[in-house]
Amino acid sequence: MAELQFPTPARRFTLGRQTSLGWAFVERQTNLWKRHWAWEVVWLVYGVVNTLAITFIAKQLAAEGIVKGHQAEELILFLLIGTLVWAYLSAILDDISLVITWERWEGTIEHTLMAPVPRVAHLLGTAVFGVLHALVRTALILVIALPFFAVDLSHANWATAALILAVGSASLIGLGILAGVLPLLYPERGEQLSFMVQSVVLLVSGVYYSVQTLPAGLRAVSYLSPATYLLRSLRHALIDGATVSDVAVDLVIMAAFAVVMIPLSIAVFSAAERWAKRTGRLKRHG
Amino acid sequence: MPPRSAASLPSVSRPLVVRDISKTFTPGFRAPWSRKQPRRVRAVDDVSLEVQRGSIYGLIGANGSGKSTLIRILSSLVLADAGEVRVFGFDVERDSMQVRQLINRVSADPSFFRQMSALENLLFYGRVYGLDGAEVRARSNAILDRLGLDGGHRRAMVKELSRGQQQKIAVARAFLTSPVLMLLDEPTTGLDPRSKREVQTFVREVQRDHDATILLTTHDMDEAEALCDRIAFLVGGRIVAEGTSAELRAAVARDRPVADVDLEDVFMALTGKTVEEDEEEVILNG
Repeated sequence: MAELQFPTPARRFTLGRQTSLGWAFVERQTNLWKRHWAWEVVWLVYGVVNTLAITFIAKQLAAEGIVKGHQAEELILFLLIGTLVWAYLSAILDDISLVITWERWEGTIEHTLMAPVPRVAHLLGTAVFGVLHALVRTALILVIALPFFAVDLSHANWATAALILAVGSASLIGLGILAGVLPLLYPERGEQLSFMVQSVVLLVSGVYYSVQTLPAGLRAVSYLSPATYLLRSLRHALIDGATVSDVAVDLVIMAAFAVVMIPLSIAVFSAAERWAKRTGRLKRHG
Repeated sequence: MPPRSAASLPSVSRPLVVRDISKTFTPGFRAPWSRKQPRRVRAVDDVSLEVQRGSIYGLIGANGSGKSTLIRILSSLVLADAGEVRVFGFDVERDSMQVRQLINRVSADPSFFRQMSALENLLFYGRVYGLDGAEVRARSNAILDRLGLDGGHRRAMVKELSRGQQQKIAVARAFLTSPVLMLLDEPTTGLDPRSKREVQTFVREVQRDHDATILLTTHDMDEAEALCDRIAFLVGGRIVAEGTSAELRAAVARDRPVADVDLEDVFMALTGKTVEEDEEEVILNG
């Protein structure tokens, strides 16, 4: 028999190889996104309607004289930014966690998990698509919704806002990966649990109101949500024109969330994967 | 498939060595406070086998006999309770990343992203094994040509394809990465006779031309007879007999000419029932 020739399999991959492997997940999600364009239209319409519906509340309060002048404009911007950020972060969380549910549903999870891809590349690749997808969807919602309101963005500091969005997105990735653990562990209940995680984030992060409004117990929980800092600093940058140094504390907190949560969530996902393999839970669901 | 290049894999005569593997599952969800004794299913019971380089090793057993669990253990998708699996000397659990670069698998259930085309699916699976897009397309087309799947079907959404066509894509997905150890879990189940023959011919060609080692599970005695160099019978998670087809037939022939004995007779002689009866028993006993 001829001598078998095959390169010795690598134990660890270079950063370049990992980037390339991670990009494969971005490509796959892009292909899936193109095939499900009708759903994308549905979510876009939902996002626009939600943004308009919430922000019109501020318009009515202004029309009835409950809030006046500058305050009315600020309230409209406050709610507009809240709804847009909510659309953005829910798209990120959905994309990362639902892809696991989807893979379980299609039965492809076994093939994905047995591919020689480090879990870091797999999950970060999925997260990068989530962030890009959320950016595109939220930008479209903004472009469609903005003409309905006469908002003054002349004071906005766009450079600071862009930096906040970049750091804030990284801070949310860990949460998205953690939400993806649930469908991996509980094929039948995981998706519902992911939505519950999202609803708690919605409640405590000050999406439609300031976290100061919350009762003390919930306010304490709000400090554990990276979305709290994203919303607070983004409003500060877009409404008050805050500079990077003005929002430095929030940026540092969000960066700390990213530094802690991303490795932690990948470790938790890997532990959950191991448990799923131990208990034989990776088989097709659906 | 292109020839393999760098000669650096350890030269071993038995690429797959399985020692005393056992796996018990506790199906279903059990509340921590439940007093009911959990139902346990011993799926694989102290299985040992060795597969010679460049050979096709057949595992014959009814549905529920433990074939798929064993394949999942070899694929690192299920962790065994006891025992050891080595692929080219690498431990399937401890050296999982290296093992995953050497193996691939076809399951009885061809799972894909059904909204994507065959080629889009194959592009993803090729990319996560480190192949570039052009390489994936070239290899996919070469394999699908040999399996008789035309260009129109390659570009159609997987959900629009028949079960047999999907199974051919599953075979292409597995062979695309030129694995040195291929795990085929009932690859021809549900195929029409012509598709079955095409897949079997392809498997034989790959084994002959590319020095691939193949573990094949089936409950089709004719397929095992036609393809396998050695055969083991798996009943209730245990291997009850192992050898070449001729050795197995000779062992139960008694006064009859060996040529008059087929593998179904061997199964009957070993277990006192046909594969179908063994299947019914598994279903009745859960």
